[in-house]
Amino acid sequence: MSTDGAQTPIADQTGEATTRTLHIWRGDLTDGGLVEFEVETAPGMVVLDAVLEVQRSQAPDLAVRWNCKAAKCGSCSAEVNGRPSLMCKTRLDHLPEGEPITVEPLHAFPVIRDLVTDVSWNYEVNKKIAPFTPKPDADWLIGQEDADRMSEFRKCIECFMCQDVCHILRNHRMHDRYFGPRFLIRLASLEMHPLDDLDRIDQISGEAGIALCNITKCCTEVCPEGIHITDNAIIPLKERVVDRRFDPLFRLLHRRPR
Amino acid sequence: MSAERHEYDVIVLGTGGSGLRAAIAAAEAGARTAVVCKCLLGKAHTVMAEGGVAASLGNVDPADGWETHFQDTMFGGKYLNNWRMAELHAREAPDRVQELERWGAVFDRTPERKMSQRAFGGHTYRRLVHIGDRTGLELIRTLQDKAVHSGIDVFMETIVTRLVKDGDRVTGMFGYHYATGAQVAFACRSLVLATGGGGRIWRVTSNSQDCTADGHALAYEAGADMVDMEFVQFHPTGMVWPPGVAGLLVTEAVRGEGGILRNSEGERFMERYDPKRMELSTRDVVARSIYTEVKEGRGSPHGGVFLDVSHLDPAYVKMRLPSMYDQFYELAGVDITKGPMEIGPTCHYFMGGIRVDAETGQTIVPGLFATGECSGGMNGANRLGGNSLSDLLVFGRRAGTSAAQAASDAPAPRLPEAELALAAAELGGFLTGDGLTGPAEDPYRLHRELQTVMGDGVGIFRDEAGLETAIGRLHELEARAANLRAPSARLDYNPGWRLCREVRNMITVSLQIARAALMRAESRGAHSRLDHPRYDDYWSEHNILICGDGGEMTLEARPVVTSDELTELVEARQEAERV
Repeated sequence: MSTDGAQTPIADQTGEATTRTLHIWRGDLTDGGLVEFEVETAPGMVVLDAVLEVQRSQAPDLAVRWNCKAAKCGSCSAEVNGRPSLMCKTRLDHLPEGEPITVEPLHAFPVIRDLVTDVSWNYEVNKKIAPFTPKPDADWLIGQEDADRMSEFRKCIECFMCQDVCHILRNHRMHDRYFGPRFLIRLASLEMHPLDDLDRIDQISGEAGIALCNITKCCTEVCPEGIHITDNAIIPLKERVVDRRFDPLFRLLHRRPR
Repeated sequence: MSAERHEYDVIVLGTGGSGLRAAIAAAEAGARTAVVCKCLLGKAHTVMAEGGVAASLGNVDPADGWETHFQDTMFGGKYLNNWRMAELHAREAPDRVQELERWGAVFDRTPERKMSQRAFGGHTYRRLVHIGDRTGLELIRTLQDKAVHSGIDVFMETIVTRLVKDGDRVTGMFGYHYATGAQVAFACRSLVLATGGGGRIWRVTSNSQDCTADGHALAYEAGADMVDMEFVQFHPTGMVWPPGVAGLLVTEAVRGEGGILRNSEGERFMERYDPKRMELSTRDVVARSIYTEVKEGRGSPHGGVFLDVSHLDPAYVKMRLPSMYDQFYELAGVDITKGPMEIGPTCHYFMGGIRVDAETGQTIVPGLFATGECSGGMNGANRLGGNSLSDLLVFGRRAGTSAAQAASDAPAPRLPEAELALAAAELGGFLTGDGLTGPAEDPYRLHRELQTVMGDGVGIFRDEAGLETAIGRLHELEARAANLRAPSARLDYNPGWRLCREVRNMITVSLQIARAALMRAESRGAHSRLDHPRYDDYWSEHNILICGDGGEMTLEARPVVTSDELTELVEARQEAERV
């Protein structure tokens, strides 16, 4: 008794199968370049489908990182036609027809091999951010507006594409002076938590390096979750930093330092 | 042997919700703790959970309490659940959710500014704490951030291929770093398996790439026994089109928020199958109903049925179901505020798993614990939506605490060289072909064939002939799997190499599922036999246990673990359902 029957999709009856050309970056830290592959396409196919088909049938040692294939885990970030994209969410038929599709690893991090990069720096940055620390007298009543504000930042799936596209990291390689958009929104979600007891402004203006951001909004443009990184996190945080600088009373009366 | 070595008091394999929760508990109890996972931290399959976490806080419906949650769970599981597990789960879930909020999790609110709770299939009251439709991500990120500040060591992208025993006791595990191929051995006083399920056994699945039933197979090979393996949940609503995303989950919250199921004739067909609960019937019932509609020719163009929320306010839909809106808009080109979704059943969750002690998560093998989806007993014949995330928290914590306690009494772990050599030979053989007795088998091809066998014979509906055929074919695949060889001999990031052992795991577990399904000659919960369409009195009181211990697979029916103190609650619910 087959259960495949209920779900086996019927392909669009659009005629003969078409193929697309992929230029996939292959190599490691020492050397690499684009390699051409042809794949047969199916309706609604995404870039990850095509890459996995290449892996299955033509290049069994092609290195690619992926897991959920549902745009929820943020593993399969790559640069598709030069733009940071989740491969699992990028449909082939949304890319210019008749042109090869280039697939490259993220540029802001060291490549391990082929499409896989070493993103461990992000995990090190995350460790520097003190965890949520509730006020001792918290009543645990939170309004929906506060939940919505924090939730926007907590939607982040850690695909690190905002880090990839940020010129401070990508071009200036200032990984030692700037946390990057991903961790500024993490700091924003904590700083805007009505029950968090820590003063995070010193870290935001200090080692997180928020002043380095000059609001080009590249991060917002590539965010697959549509988080308004610049407008809703970075700019308000910059304002809080500035407020602090000109209001010495605030320092005395506000929350205890971390 | 020169493999890299590590030693800890407690090691947790898997970094989904239950693994992280177990590791936090073990570290809090003072154990030197590490977690090991196939993926990057924060990317385990728990991120996919959408609808919410079930806990009888009573914030929206004050009448709710642990007793009703327990009864709902037992009814959903068709009374095959381990009663004590279902009780502990219902009693402790509220504390675990509140604790999560204290660790920084953010959930949607009521007008009184408490955590909001939504309706879900099989739950008497509005019970699921949630944040939009991405509750699993909230849970995993909160636990991840808690864990990195708990002094836990993390080994990411590390593949474990074997548990190591010293005599009767599990003392560690063997594997390799995916990025380099370098072998690594871990020694520990207590090992907690938190490896999730095995949905990749089926072609149409909501499960991540990582879900290959590793923990089920590793534990079974180490002598643990399994329970309820015949019960595999097919979620009623997965995407059916386009082909690349077939199986991708469409959250039950769509129905919880008022989504309506219709067939190609526009009928609200759930009226025929469960007029009382309609779309919010239990998952087993809804999945079978959809399957039947399609089989009888009332399906949608791409072989599913229609799920519609376009009668709801578009702004409300985008607020309550944001990722569903995006998912259909991006991947299928459908605006769900304007038109219906096409959906069909997709393999989603293993109710069955490693048999554990309810209080501690201890398996029958000394030194070995299990928690979360890879363990069995809590959910019986069918799991209610929302009970998975609460299960992870409740039993993850219990397993971690117990593993730490057991570690303090355990001897210093020793990894016998002969065991490590055996593990290294198996792993190396996949790469070099050493020890092959026939033509090399391609892991991708074998995986495809396995999916076909299981889809054909061990799907939503089963019968004796189909199961027997499937078991025969599984034995053939098992024999061929002895000759698995990776198509590339590279050490670094070699997906075919990794798949070799995963395919073996999946074949082992598929046999358990198929044989238990053949033995249970009745229909109950997620297990539907066309040749035995009704409940059976004997089977209503028995679980199937599977044991191998390195040799032949043996199956045994054993009475359900009941509890005198809970009899009144259970009987009250059974009586209420009869009326």
